[in-house]
Amino acid sequence: MEAVEQFNTLPGIGKKTALRLAVHMLGREKEEVEAFSRAFSKLKENVTFCKECGNISDREICDICSSSRRNRSVICVVEDLRDVLAIENTQQYDGLYHVLGGHISPMDGIGPGDLNIDNLLTRAQNGETEEIVLALSTTMEGDSTNFYLYKKLQPFSVNVSTIARGVAIGDELEYTDEVTLGRSIVNRMPYESSISRKE
Amino acid sequence: MHLKNLHLVHFKNRDQADLEFVDGINCFVGNNGVGKTNLLDSIYYLAFCKSFFNPIDSQNIQYDEGFFVIEGTFDRNEKDEKIYCGFKKGDKKQFKRNKKNYDRFSDHIGFLPLVMVSPADTELVYDGSEVRRKFVDGVISQFNSSYLDNLLKYNKAVSQRNALLKKMGEEQRWDASSVEVWNMQLLQYGQPIYEARREFLDEFIPIFQQYYNLIGNESEEVSLVYKSRLHEASFEDLLQQSEPKDARAQYTTVGVHKDDLKFEIKGHPLKKFGSQGQQKSFLIALKLAQFDFMKMKKGIKPLLLLDDIFDKLDKNRVKALMSLVSEHHFGQVFVTDANKTRIQELFEDIDTALRIFEVQPNETKLITEK
Ligand SMILES: Nc1ncnc2c1ncn2[C@@H]1O[C@H](COP(=O)(O)OP(=O)(O)O)[C@@H](O)[C@H]1O
Ligand SMILES: [Mg+2]
Ligand SMILES: [Zn+2]
Repeated sequence: MEAVEQFNTLPGIGKKTALRLAVHMLGREKEEVEAFSRAFSKLKENVTFCKECGNISDREICDICSSSRRNRSVICVVEDLRDVLAIENTQQYDGLYHVLGGHISPMDGIGPGDLNIDNLLTRAQNGETEEIVLALSTTMEGDSTNFYLYKKLQPFSVNVSTIARGVAIGDELEYTDEVTLGRSIVNRMPYESSISRKE
Repeated sequence: MHLKNLHLVHFKNRDQADLEFVDGINCFVGNNGVGKTNLLDSIYYLAFCKSFFNPIDSQNIQYDEGFFVIEGTFDRNEKDEKIYCGFKKGDKKQFKRNKKNYDRFSDHIGFLPLVMVSPADTELVYDGSEVRRKFVDGVISQFNSSYLDNLLKYNKAVSQRNALLKKMGEEQRWDASSVEVWNMQLLQYGQPIYEARREFLDEFIPIFQQYYNLIGNESEEVSLVYKSRLHEASFEDLLQQSEPKDARAQYTTVGVHKDDLKFEIKGHPLKKFGSQGQQKSFLIALKLAQFDFMKMKKGIKPLLLLDDIFDKLDKNRVKALMSLVSEHHFGQVFVTDANKTRIQELFEDIDTALRIFEVQPNETKLITEK
């Protein structure tokens, strides 16, 4: 069954679950199933990336960037949409975001030019940005990207900080628990002190 | 620490074996090809979760059989540790301590320290620098817990930097900011590796020299030399200086991944200028130094497996070595030799517990006990 194969392509959905979902859909009303497939078709059509921050949005400028309640002097740099969701869930951060779209990894053919970096440098000079918080994954590639951005941001009059990751052990931002992540965003520290701590 | 008993099923050419050992010297004698080394290898399995010789588990199953089992009881700090290793074709290897499965083999490796001296060690003389770095890294990571982690990360940073150099080469450009990022990673992980190797070899080389003097010929001047470009200048400067070269080569030409341990005799490479006997003494001295080093760092005498070491060593060297055995410098020792009479004579008046097993195609018989 084609539907089974399609379900099976989703992350975390094995053959058995795919079959179960397909059988379930078979039991639904025709209109319901059509509503489902319409929603999927529209997903890709209407979604664009915010011109400011690179986050997924259904308008040119996303809700966060256009909100009057956000603190516009702070930008938190993350790898992807999942990180934005994770940080939003902590409810500890009211600044803006910048979504890079990944991290530098030459082995995977990803260089700085493949990431949303130029835009970040422009935003750093827009007059309202005072602080840029680097919140990439704690992998070697995340670290390298942090360092790269730090160097590129140095000529501008913004403070560069990083989230206090001593608290979260390893791993991607996405998997850090909410409380820990929230605390580390509040207790962020200047980037220089994070590199001088390494021997 | 010692191995009290060993039980084998379908391991290599041993169909079945049930052996009881002494906390002293245990010898396997028998014709070539009969299975003496295979017995040592099964003991090696219990310590390292894999064969010393063949990393493919399925090839260590007896021909035409579907599984092997290796079981042994160790006395470690006066406590019995029952180790089980089972492998069935098509299944995951099972490794247990006292009936409990290990999640990761790395949790077990190092628990039962063991040093194997084997004719296969000649690869350390003949092969490229990689096997010698592996030897050094293997010893250091047994007592320095962050070493292996640094090494893995360092190697990854090298791969990343090489991929970058390759891409830039293809596109005929140089992106200094991107290179700098990976230089920083290389420094962060490479510097502690260099320091750990230097510290280790400072301690290790004198121990090696002592052993060589004992089992080699004192008049032959041999040396073990740690070669690293990092002796000349700081790693940071070296990376900077080699950028044009790296750009041309499209890979990282300097760093601890290029280190080597040079084996020399009178200042010349042992590979070209050492006799077979000298090479053999050199390698035995190297492995025994490893034994001493591990004993010192772990506070436990490792098991010592000596495979065919008496060939090519003259009587005096063998006697000198055996005097160390009887002085209880070593703990439990396993020895193989094709020459039964040589072994019986050698251990005739040694005052250590001794068992000699004669290995035959279908059974392994205890022939001497003391
Ligand atoms: N998987 C296997 N099944 C059966 N025999 C094997 C297997 N692997 C190796 N052998 C045999 O083991 C023998 C070598 O045994 P080995 O222990 O090296 O002898 P030695 O007594 O000379 O040390 C060879 O005859 C080889 O064919
Ligand atoms: Mg052999
Ligand atoms: Zn936005």
